[in-house]
Amino acid sequence: MSLPNRAPSTALDRLNPVTRIAAAVIVSLPLLVTLDWVSGATMVAIVLVAALALGFPIGFIARRVWPVLALAPLAGLNMALYGRPGGFVHVDWFLVHVTDNSLHLAVAVMLRVLALGMPAILLFTGIDPTDLADGLAQVWRLPARFVLGALAGFRLITRFVDDWRSLALARRARGLGDTGAVRRWATMAFAMLVIAIRRGSKLATAMEARGFGTAPRTWARESHVGRADLVLVVSCLLAVAVALAAAAAAGTFWAVWT
Amino acid sequence: MRAAQVRLDGWGWRHAGRAAWATSGVSLRIEPGERVLLLGASGAGKSTLLHALAGVLGSSDEGEEAGSLTVDGERARPGTCGLVMQDPDAQTILERVGDDVAFGLENLAVPRDEIWPRVRTALADVGLALPLDHSTERLSGGQRQRLALAGALAMRPGLLLLDEPTANLDPAGVDEVRDAVARLVTQRETTLVIVEHRIETWLALVDRVVVLAAAGGVVADGPPDRVFSAHGDELAALGAWVPGIGHGLVPRVPPASRGAVLSAHELTIGYEADRPVRTVPVIDIPEGLSTTLTGANGSGKTTLALTLAGLLPPLAGHVEASAAISPPGPRFIMLSRRVVASHGQFAMRSDETPTYHDEPVTPPNREPSRTDPARWRSKELLTRLGTVFQDPEHQFVATTVADELAIGLRALRRPAREIDHRVAELLEQLHLSRLARANPFTLSGGEKRRLSVGTVLATSPAVMFLDEPTFGQDRRTWIDLVRLVAAQLDAGTTVVSATHDRDYLDLLGEHHVHLEATS
Repeated sequence: MSLPNRAPSTALDRLNPVTRIAAAVIVSLPLLVTLDWVSGATMVAIVLVAALALGFPIGFIARRVWPVLALAPLAGLNMALYGRPGGFVHVDWFLVHVTDNSLHLAVAVMLRVLALGMPAILLFTGIDPTDLADGLAQVWRLPARFVLGALAGFRLITRFVDDWRSLALARRARGLGDTGAVRRWATMAFAMLVIAIRRGSKLATAMEARGFGTAPRTWARESHVGRADLVLVVSCLLAVAVALAAAAAAGTFWAVWT
Repeated sequence: MRAAQVRLDGWGWRHAGRAAWATSGVSLRIEPGERVLLLGASGAGKSTLLHALAGVLGSSDEGEEAGSLTVDGERARPGTCGLVMQDPDAQTILERVGDDVAFGLENLAVPRDEIWPRVRTALADVGLALPLDHSTERLSGGQRQRLALAGALAMRPGLLLLDEPTANLDPAGVDEVRDAVARLVTQRETTLVIVEHRIETWLALVDRVVVLAAAGGVVADGPPDRVFSAHGDELAALGAWVPGIGHGLVPRVPPASRGAVLSAHELTIGYEADRPVRTVPVIDIPEGLSTTLTGANGSGKTTLALTLAGLLPPLAGHVEASAAISPPGPRFIMLSRRVVASHGQFAMRSDETPTYHDEPVTPPNREPSRTDPARWRSKELLTRLGTVFQDPEHQFVATTVADELAIGLRALRRPAREIDHRVAELLEQLHLSRLARANPFTLSGGEKRRLSVGTVLATSPAVMFLDEPTFGQDRRTWIDLVRLVAAQLDAGTTVVSATHDRDYLDLLGEHHVHLEATS
């Protein structure tokens, strides 16, 4: 399945897709349990430099990341107005308390959203579903039946999009296009369900006829992890350590449970 | 690869939860290397039998088995026979051509270094000279079926099972698949069983014809010419296209056309603005005639039909309907004109020159019409432009057949008595009376097709569009359908069909439009 704007080729292409997922988890876990602006800002800077070094064009980063950029100030504003009050009170009106503490929270949350969103988006960009399935089954040893079933099912989504479009046009043809949107949607959802089940069971039959799920299987494509994968994982651990150390050094370190 | 032997002794299968047996009492012996064409009425259990031979009917949870069925003396197991089914979309499993063919080999635990040579050989054998990383999404129907064939073939099955492999293909695709199969079986290293209504396609290839009876058992078995001379008429009546027995219908003498009912110039069509399907320089649909749209898969027949039918707004240009079928202009224009005409002085400022004297005032019975079908309301389409979709299930909205036919009439707020009368009449005409209370989704292929046509006939549109109306129909349901369409033409309806069915074109291609493939 091709994405609307093609992913650029980067150094990440040499890695196993499962490594990218591991990297995204490593980068985000410490950021999820801490909340201060220094670690967030450090992480954003590291991710940006790393992305450029890996070969992501700056224009591509901007295009992919802008929804997060748009979202971050919204999250920040919420925090500024309603965040846990503390320190000097700037504004106090009804439920709104803008304080030193809430402003600090706002900045930290904005940077957090960016620091979590950017690496996830860039790491997941351009992962080939088939290669990912190979990695999940061969490297992470997830059950082949489950992984390949999901992979084949994933391909049906394109068909479902076409089906849904035909269903909508057919409602217009049948004189139901002017009013009763809820009822119309219900008839489309029911038809979609029936069609999806039919397609799914046909695909399952085709897979079964080719011996799927009978015995231990071999893999036509070898999925392995190498030194490059190790380098990425270690780099991510280092990046996280640097970000947290920077926060500790600046004295702003703030875990969510304190 | 060693050809397999098939033995059935009083075999039958009943799907779980059904009272009737899908097939029963079948006793049959197929020798290694034989090529058998399996025929029978729809519902005689041909597909069930093929699925059983492929070992994919399922366990005892999914049905009850009677008698015995063996391939090479063993119970059929999945993965030992090659199975190619009707729907090209539903049997492509993976994203890349090479991976898709390799899938079966992986499941058979073939070592990796043996897989790729076998994948390349299988692709070459079916004539698919594509890079291994070619996307399966971009294949035509004929290519997809050959890909499925390659996937089955790579597994080196002793038995190849084809379940209507060409029913959904254009003529070029049919030839591609037939030729690929013919090459594969020349060495007789595989036993072949084909189910297909279009006998002509496979006649030169098969050496035996077996006919299943709807009531169970085998009614005829032997060399093709002997079976067809003894049972030809009977088979034709069951729905098979027996060589030498045509449809018996003759084309009408088309009336002189009364001009274009729909026309368009420089039309760009497609679903998304950044992905136009094609441009159509000029097209006219003559009123009262049957227009046929042909063109290879992907040439935009369906998209053009949906655009002309007022369902899909064109990306550029517009479709113009004749004034005779267009709805009257919006009421507010009509009112304001009347106001201006009778009380002009209220609407004018003193420094303005009155313009209404210069223009003829539109008389009340000739309101300006809105001629762009894409902008008509959904209800306004019902009596003007009706569309029968390629997949009948896409247009079903009700829970019973009778309601399905009534929906359009209710949207038009016709009186209940009239609706009941019209629905009863249609049920009779479509041979669906005994199914009036059935759910449309549970009908057979032929019944679904007739019902989908019926939903359009109900509101008597001036123009009727049909998208691949004969896809997957057997001879009997095909004749039913063509008769229905011909009756509409005789009643004065304009018909537009996107099709590649040669017999249909011979009968109904009164005005023919061929779309050249786009680059």
